[in-house]
Amino acid sequence: MGEKRDGDKIELTFPARTDYIGVARLMVSGVANRLGFSYEDIEDIKLAVAEACTNAVRHAYQEEHIGQVLIQCLVRQDCLEIIVADQGSSFDLEGMKAKLGPIDKHRDIADLTEGGLGLYLIHSLMDKVEISENQGVVVAMTKYVVRDGEAKGVDEITSNRNQ
Amino acid sequence: MNITMQTIAIQNGTKLLVAGEVDAHTAPQLSDQLVPLVQRPANQSVVVDLAEVSYLDSTGLGVFVGALKLSQQTGCRLSIQNVTPRIERLFRITGLIDIIPVTPRAESVAGQQDQASLQKRFDVVSADPKEEP
Repeated sequence: MGEKRDGDKIELTFPARTDYIGVARLMVSGVANRLGFSYEDIEDIKLAVAEACTNAVRHAYQEEHIGQVLIQCLVRQDCLEIIVADQGSSFDLEGMKAKLGPIDKHRDIADLTEGGLGLYLIHSLMDKVEISENQGVVVAMTKYVVRDGEAKGVDEITSNRNQ
Repeated sequence: MNITMQTIAIQNGTKLLVAGEVDAHTAPQLSDQLVPLVQRPANQSVVVDLAEVSYLDSTGLGVFVGALKLSQQTGCRLSIQNVTPRIERLFRITGLIDIIPVTPRAESVAGQQDQASLQKRFDVVSADPKEEP
């Protein structure tokens, strides 16, 4: 008797300050847990959302004005779609994309930068990631619900658990 | 959502014990503790112990990259120990494991602590009475 969840939307808006990123992690881990994601997947989702929030807070609002960061979780039949959006304007998206990637041990350590690691982790941990820039940056990411090695619908899993 | 840190003297150096969550909010505190340690001339070795760290993201990894750069200027040896499988995975995905020595947490201890933190997590997020056995 799983309730129909497809299309459910859960949102959080918070001031672009680092001390709220932990609250964002709690919010998405609560939603993901509700949908039957595994412990590992919940940790992946938490980390990806925190990375997107960190980018929003760090790069989007470098001036005095503290903007807002929006997190929107959209429940789908077989996946969770999460959007992290800000209204900043000083984000060097192309520059970040160019730096995106793991650390190359053959490069000189003095040349290493931490920039790009966060976006690289988002791409590594989520199933689908789209980053766009319009009025601010929007990171849209998707994680599929997997159980016993295959993707199943969110409603189906919920009903299995409640039997 | 905070971190606490403690330093203890070890042979030829210092060990930094970290507990809590390392994210964009707390990473500057980690940096403030770690950077002076790798710059201290008496320290030939600095060991960061992450046994009690339940969460760490790219901001924490960035602190280690910064400290590693400084340690190579001063000749200090930086290493990280007692990482959870979860955090070890991040070092592996990002390739950092190839440039900083990382030692995983002992199996038995990790199992118990993961169980405890898992329990805590579900105490927080699972308020639905339907799911109680």
